Amino acid sequence: MSLLEIKNLHASVNGNEILKGINLSVNAGEVHSIMGPNGSGKSTLAGVLARRESYEITQGQILFNGKDLLEMKPEEAACEGLFLAFQYPVEIPGISNAYFLRTALNAIRKFRGEEELDAMDFLPLLREKMRLLEMDEKFLNRPVNEGFSGGEKKRNEIVQLAMLEPKLAVLDETDSGLDIDALKVVSKGVNAMRSKDRAMVLVTHYQRLLNYIVPDFVHVLVNGKIVKSGGPELALELEDKGYSWTENEPVGARR
Amino acid sequence: MSETITATHAPDRYLETFEQFSRGAATQLGWLKALRQEGFARFSETGFPTTHDEDWRFTNISSISQTPFEIAPRTRIKASDLDQFGLAGFECLLVFVNGRYSSELSHVPNLGTGVKVTSLAEQISTDAAAVEKHLGQYLNIQRDSFAALNTAFIEDGVYVHVARNTALKTPIYVLYVSAPGGAPVMDHPRNLIVVEESAEATVVEDYVSLGEGSAFSNAVTEVVAEPNAIVSHYMLVRAAASSYNVSTLRIQQARSSNVSTHSLLLSGSILRNNVHPVLAGEGGECLINGLFMVNSGQTMDNYMLVEHAAPHCASRQFYNGVLNGQGHGVFHGRIIVHKDAQKTDAKQTNRNLLLSDDAQIDTKPQLEIYADDVKCTHGATIGQVEENALFYLRSRGLDEAAAKHLLLLAFANECLDRMNSEQMRAYIEALVMTWLPDAARYVGAKPSEVERSLEEVG
Repeated sequence: MSLLEIKNLHASVNGNEILKGINLSVNAGEVHSIMGPNGSGKSTLAGVLARRESYEITQGQILFNGKDLLEMKPEEAACEGLFLAFQYPVEIPGISNAYFLRTALNAIRKFRGEEELDAMDFLPLLREKMRLLEMDEKFLNRPVNEGFSGGEKKRNEIVQLAMLEPKLAVLDETDSGLDIDALKVVSKGVNAMRSKDRAMVLVTHYQRLLNYIVPDFVHVLVNGKIVKSGGPELALELEDKGYSWTENEPVGARR
Repeated sequence: MSETITATHAPDRYLETFEQFSRGAATQLGWLKALRQEGFARFSETGFPTTHDEDWRFTNISSISQTPFEIAPRTRIKASDLDQFGLAGFECLLVFVNGRYSSELSHVPNLGTGVKVTSLAEQISTDAAAVEKHLGQYLNIQRDSFAALNTAFIEDGVYVHVARNTALKTPIYVLYVSAPGGAPVMDHPRNLIVVEESAEATVVEDYVSLGEGSAFSNAVTEVVAEPNAIVSHYMLVRAAASSYNVSTLRIQQARSSNVSTHSLLLSGSILRNNVHPVLAGEGGECLINGLFMVNSGQTMDNYMLVEHAAPHCASRQFYNGVLNGQGHGVFHGRIIVHKDAQKTDAKQTNRNLLLSDDAQIDTKPQLEIYADDVKCTHGATIGQVEENALFYLRSRGLDEAAAKHLLLLAFANECLDRMNSEQMRAYIEALVMTWLPDAARYVGAKPSEVERSLEEVG
């Protein structure tokens, strides 16, 4: 059984159908990339997976680890092992990064029936992950994402990913707006988290990310449907020909 | 509240109460009698304020003016009655019950030479001259009839005197307990804190009540910060639902003095928190930091009056309000920059978080600037718990209640982070935490649900 099984997913926002029948299977250990132009439904798909409440699911099913994901609250999905790296990480003034992450990690550990970590056990772990993402220690005590640069926010998302050790990580345009150096650091962090037990879905607009995080599968999402799937070479083809190329392809596309 | 009330003249009962009080007062020193009489005369002249008064337009205090409060009787309470207030960590504790010092409940350790910490009544009986020099010298009874009323009934309160170059690190914790019996009672604590040149002190005022009877506490604190002195002041109000608290903090700052005052208003029927620093010497700095957390049936009115009277002074006002249920909050931030106060740097920020559709906040900046080379800024925000932030936290595994709890704590932390004493910060954070869980349950709830939840709790 796949870790994630999306079947004929239809989702709307304010009555407008954004996802129009998505089918996708992701197995543990795999890295999938979902590419698509603006407005194709990439972020909606990521949001639906993370159980953002602003979407209306009109049809279809999502099984995560054999359980009905669409029945889960965001926190339940997180505790079951789903992680979304936000396209726009939220600033939370007044709460330090370290306190926030420890609260989150302990919520998940509690759910898993593991002992909660105190600050003494937690901090060395967090420091290690921050080093991996080349983040200065000062970010431990800074309020969550407040005053962080775009790149710092994205790296902070990956620190969280590394701390929470999800079964499935969905990265929503984590590469957007990053300069090449930051992209390399983020990719290094993500690659370090690849394992046979963990799957990743990289949602991205640009092929560039896939030079650093090489996916096993690439899917092209256009107008709410996956119109083409293939290996990493598909990303290069897209880079060459542009998204308009896929729109003319008949693959699985019924309008 | 569209209802307006007509000016209530000081009722006859206050005259009777005053005459009785004057006859029975322990001290009959001429200057003190004159001060009290002056206070009462002013109060008689003006009576209680009404919503016609610009400084009181958002808060209707007719329930205070119309309740027949009597001077709270002497009463004894048990030490164990205080356990609920969690004061174990404070080495220096002064307890006032119904406005009078209780030596049996207090413990004042030897704080070293140069430090005098006692009750005002005790200080007057031993060295009245030290009190006379400052008492009533700073408070303006003309502009506030509650201050005048307090002055009429001066009897007891805390007296702190820290001599030149003495750094007192131990916080002086002062607990004011209102213990009404059957009838509505009032007390008028009067505090005097004098910190001499280059000296340091931390004073905490904590107003609590025992039992559910109606009590009205009308406190005045005069803080004198002499040149280069450092004063940290904290004020907590956690009164019973049937209690009223009006407090006036009058701070007089000399050259290069540095004063911070932190307020935490947690409960009570009507709370009025007046903070009035006067930066009277060059280079003074004042931090006015506050957090008020309002529930249904409560009004918390914060009235700031920051006067810059000398050049090169800086003032910072930060007040955060959390408004729940049908709670009502007020922030009135007045800054006066006098003609000679060039290079003034004054900043004011009031942020409010509304947790229900029925909560109300009135926020009003008022800047009066008579100097021409100054920097004054003010800003106010009113918002709700941000959905996006809530989702972010939930997506990391926190359940909805925990996520809301954390966001409220985050909002409160903006104020807590400005407290320079780790001990006080931790103590106040714990108090805030006890307030939060119920509040978190109401976030986003429909008003009807809010009402229901409150009934369940009450």
